[in-house]
Amino acid sequence: MNSEIALFLIQDGLTNGAIYALLALALVLVFAVTRVIFIPQGEFVAYGALTLASLQLGKLPGTAWLLLAAGMAVAIVESVQALRFGAVRRIPAVIFTYIIIPGSLFCLAWWAAPQKPALTLQVLLALLLVVPLGPMVYRLAYQPLANASVLVLLIISVAVHFAMTGLGLVFFGAEGSRTPAFSDAHWKLGVLTISGQSLWVIGTSLALIVALLLFFEHTIYGKALRATAINRVGARLVGVSPAMAGKLSFTLAALIGALSGVLIAPITTIYYDSGFLVGLKGFVGAIVGGLVSYPIAAAGALLVGLLEAYASFWASAYKEVIVFTLIIPVLVWRSLTTHHIEEDEE
Amino acid sequence: MSALLEVRGLCVAYGKVEAVHQAALRVEEGRIVTVIGPNGAGKTTLLAALMGMLPARGSVSYAGKDIARIEPEQRVSRGLCLVPERRELFAAMTVEDNLVLGAFHRYRKSDPTIGADFKQVYQLFPRLQERRRQLAGTLSGGERQMLALGRALMSRPRLLMLDEPSLGLAPLIVRDIFRVIGGLRESGVSILLVEQNARAALQVADYGYVLETGEIAVEGPSADLVSDPRVIESYLGLVSGGAG
Amino acid sequence: MSRKGIPRSRLVLGVFLAFILAAPVVLPEFQVTLLNYIGLYSIVALGLVLLTGVGGLTSFGQAAFVGLGAYTTAYLSTVYGWSPWLTLLTGLALTFVVSVFLGFISLRLSGHYLPLGTIAWGISLFYLFGNMEFLGGHNGISSLPAISFFGLALDTGREFSYLIWLLVLLSLLSMQNLLDSRSGRAIRALKGGGLMAESFGVDTARMKIVIFVHAALLASVSGWLYAHLLRFVNPTPFSINAGIEYLFMAVVGGAASVWGAVVGAGILTILKQWLQELLPKLLGQSGNFEMIVFGVLLVLLLQRAREGIMPLAVRFFPASRTPIPASSQALPQRVRPVVGELLLEVKSVRKVFGGLVAVNDLSFTMNSGEILGLIGPNGAGKSTVFNLVTGVLPRTGGEVHFRGERIDTLSARAIIPRGLARTFQQVHLLPTMSVLENVAIGAHLRGSKGAISAALRLERAEEAMLLAEAARQLERVGLGASMHEQAGNLALGQQRILEIARALSADPVLLLLDEPAAGLRYQEKRALAELLRKLKSEGMSILLVEHDMDFVMRLVDRLVVMDFGEKLAEGLPQEIQSNPLVLEAYLGGIE
Repeated sequence: MNSEIALFLIQDGLTNGAIYALLALALVLVFAVTRVIFIPQGEFVAYGALTLASLQLGKLPGTAWLLLAAGMAVAIVESVQALRFGAVRRIPAVIFTYIIIPGSLFCLAWWAAPQKPALTLQVLLALLLVVPLGPMVYRLAYQPLANASVLVLLIISVAVHFAMTGLGLVFFGAEGSRTPAFSDAHWKLGVLTISGQSLWVIGTSLALIVALLLFFEHTIYGKALRATAINRVGARLVGVSPAMAGKLSFTLAALIGALSGVLIAPITTIYYDSGFLVGLKGFVGAIVGGLVSYPIAAAGALLVGLLEAYASFWASAYKEVIVFTLIIPVLVWRSLTTHHIEEDEE
Repeated sequence: MSALLEVRGLCVAYGKVEAVHQAALRVEEGRIVTVIGPNGAGKTTLLAALMGMLPARGSVSYAGKDIARIEPEQRVSRGLCLVPERRELFAAMTVEDNLVLGAFHRYRKSDPTIGADFKQVYQLFPRLQERRRQLAGTLSGGERQMLALGRALMSRPRLLMLDEPSLGLAPLIVRDIFRVIGGLRESGVSILLVEQNARAALQVADYGYVLETGEIAVEGPSADLVSDPRVIESYLGLVSGGAG
Repeated sequence: MSRKGIPRSRLVLGVFLAFILAAPVVLPEFQVTLLNYIGLYSIVALGLVLLTGVGGLTSFGQAAFVGLGAYTTAYLSTVYGWSPWLTLLTGLALTFVVSVFLGFISLRLSGHYLPLGTIAWGISLFYLFGNMEFLGGHNGISSLPAISFFGLALDTGREFSYLIWLLVLLSLLSMQNLLDSRSGRAIRALKGGGLMAESFGVDTARMKIVIFVHAALLASVSGWLYAHLLRFVNPTPFSINAGIEYLFMAVVGGAASVWGAVVGAGILTILKQWLQELLPKLLGQSGNFEMIVFGVLLVLLLQRAREGIMPLAVRFFPASRTPIPASSQALPQRVRPVVGELLLEVKSVRKVFGGLVAVNDLSFTMNSGEILGLIGPNGAGKSTVFNLVTGVLPRTGGEVHFRGERIDTLSARAIIPRGLARTFQQVHLLPTMSVLENVAIGAHLRGSKGAISAALRLERAEEAMLLAEAARQLERVGLGASMHEQAGNLALGQQRILEIARALSADPVLLLLDEPAAGLRYQEKRALAELLRKLKSEGMSILLVEHDMDFVMRLVDRLVVMDFGEKLAEGLPQEIQSNPLVLEAYLGGIE
């Protein structure tokens, strides 16, 4: 291997690694706040990518229908609960949030899609259609079980992953899609050619990481999420409800997922079920960080990206095997360094 | 004068064990009411249930409204606030962020008077201002209790419920804390104080209840309870006809 | 309800066996195939019922173990012409090694690392199967030999059905045997957090590996059967999605009975078949749309009926109670110390949490045959002392000696065989197990037979002795009449007494009771006090951490009072009651 290829692989690895790092951060966030191991993160990646692909073809994306249906389901669940607790006053707000807003987004997409607006608007529209699914999924699947053990929540996650993959197949079909690059620019830097798309991906990821940092450090909602992660009882006592924290963290995770999908769609062909593997690679990174440390998780995810790039050069057939086997030494290392903690769950 | 908090027939159970049985108590606006009693009498359970952290049966009316079925978060925004026995601070966050979060529901409503309350809390506990950039987990026991109280005050409570504020604190600090509690009444906050340290609690309170194995055994004005022999009995088990 | 005649469960079992015998002959080909698949899946799901339902752990990688079994036999029997029976053993050996390794590295970490590790392992192995040239890549391996059974070649699905269901029944039976044994009780104790089990000498880390390996081996057997049923293997059926479906089966069935595995496998297999015909027609395109239904179904099931559907079915079949074996032989007992001998010596014990000194150089001693009370106000550090003596917490400084031997460096598991047995402040019972079985956990270390002899029922003599001992202790504490009830149905007072019986089953010299009177009613306290007095008169020594003063004062010989982690006073109950320091500590003061 010459240095040109080596540098190219590093660029490739960092580009993918940046996306895995974003996903790893979202996974750590969701786990810290809700104790949910968010396996369906990957589906948000696929939904983001495929929604954008549909919009570029001038078609109404299937996720618009899904948004409408999920909103309806949440509205029903919330209304039933409101009636049971005699809080009828809440129903108009529920209808507005879960029926009127998704309905308006649906109409917007229906009107805008055939006009093929500018790429930025398409991306924005794709995010608007996919991100609200995050809190809705939390409300429907997880919130009723918020006090269950990590294990039960994990099984729920896998079930949600199953359902969302199946729905992806219904709405997007079995065909894969690849969107055009955000930028065709290339720069020569010595022996290395830097692609504009790579810069886009790495730049956006960095910007998002900085934005998240600012959000956690300097906003009241960011602090509320950190507080919930540190001490759930304490958070409730100052008025931060676990349901609100859960929905907020799922919104952020869905945003990060969908945006990752948008970023990755020009690099690789995305199918309805591709998200799972992409998300799991973020997971390997998150596990390196023990599901608690943001910087270590991000570093682990970059390592996964690099490993994958080199593996696909040397032994492309075994790429996935090598990446997922990385988890074994990580677990060995963690089990040797972690002192046994007794979990008194369930 | 109508009661700010009126509790009737409150029962709280953990599975099969009823920890509080048919408790009834009142807190009048602007008063300090204390619930004392030995270890394990159900005092902490009682407060947790009033805060909505534990499911309970019975009626709880607060400021004239039934709040028995609303979530703890909603109780907080109505001015009910609990400083729990375990303090439940955000150990990995700074002292200042802990205080900020105390005012969480007020930030949501963009309350403009939060800044003034910051000043007030720092005035009350200058130690907290000195340590405002320090992580809450690094504070000493007394400072933690100050922070817990400060965080509670940032929510601008109408009824403040304190669970064993003297627990594990050296006598000098206990005196400070009780001085602050006495001062809060002057600023119009009503207080429900749960204490094992009966003498200190009765000295600061207007009215007291003695909780024993989940039931209110004795009640009366604090001055009467201080000299009531039944209080000592309930603590040290001098009553005849005990177990066995 | 009358129990005359044949019990309902026997009747259903009989009908089921008749069905299994007749079905391969009378049913059409397609349904026999479906039945075969249900059998194969049941074996895998059974492993998960043990792992997830009973043990509280889980794995999404069972399909990979199925694949390991299937590919091992496919490769060895086609390339080297090995007999399928030999490849079965090879596959099991390979699975054993892999699962021990995976279990060892992930089970020491908190509960969610095992399932995450198995997802990664499941994906890795799937891609390995698909990319290894010698395993045929994505085309797989075909023309496997048929299994021959005493010269009879099982080369049709109908004949094979008997082999599958024979193995299903054997697995069910051995699993049922295992759960109803010393090891089985230890496994069932895992789910409530390992503290109680460890306190009675169960090596929980090892038990977790045992059930993980057991589940993996069952999956491997299923893979072997699958390979020789189809006489062909390729990677598809061993994907991570298949692994997830196996878990669904176990959750749908539930852990209330080993039959949950068969019920779950049956329901999901038939449902999948039906949905695969129905949904593509409805949606006008082809694909695995049953995934959506499975996903939604599982979410609803976990939200509404977390225990699966077996509990409903089990209610219909009243359990037959296991008779207590009249054991001829009693378990050996340890040598008891003479009354008055120095038993426990706590020397300047210290415990610091972060910056907080919870126990500050506390010393006290205790002699054989006495009841010592350890009291103090809330937060005085009593429970910490209790946890230091029982080995639950490591101490920061000082020493604890028991019968002349230093024990502060030992774990809870190592302390119990030395004759210290404890109860818990919050009762740690297994509510769905019988009172007798719960008490038998206390005698865990007085037996030695493991999981394999339990599955094969080679440990009945020892089991009889253990159960007889548990029954004897139940009679001793006066709970003999409730022996066969579910422990969860007892009132709190009885549950506390059950915990004492469980501790007594360990044949202790010293009983450590952590707030045994908390939450008890007046009558219950009286009964408890009477029992403790009786035990004392029989020579038992008791260390009592308690805050109920009425209860303590009338029971103990001597008291140690703690405040702020230090010893405040020590003496006879009357002395303590009139000690002004104690009064001050309890009632406080602000002067």
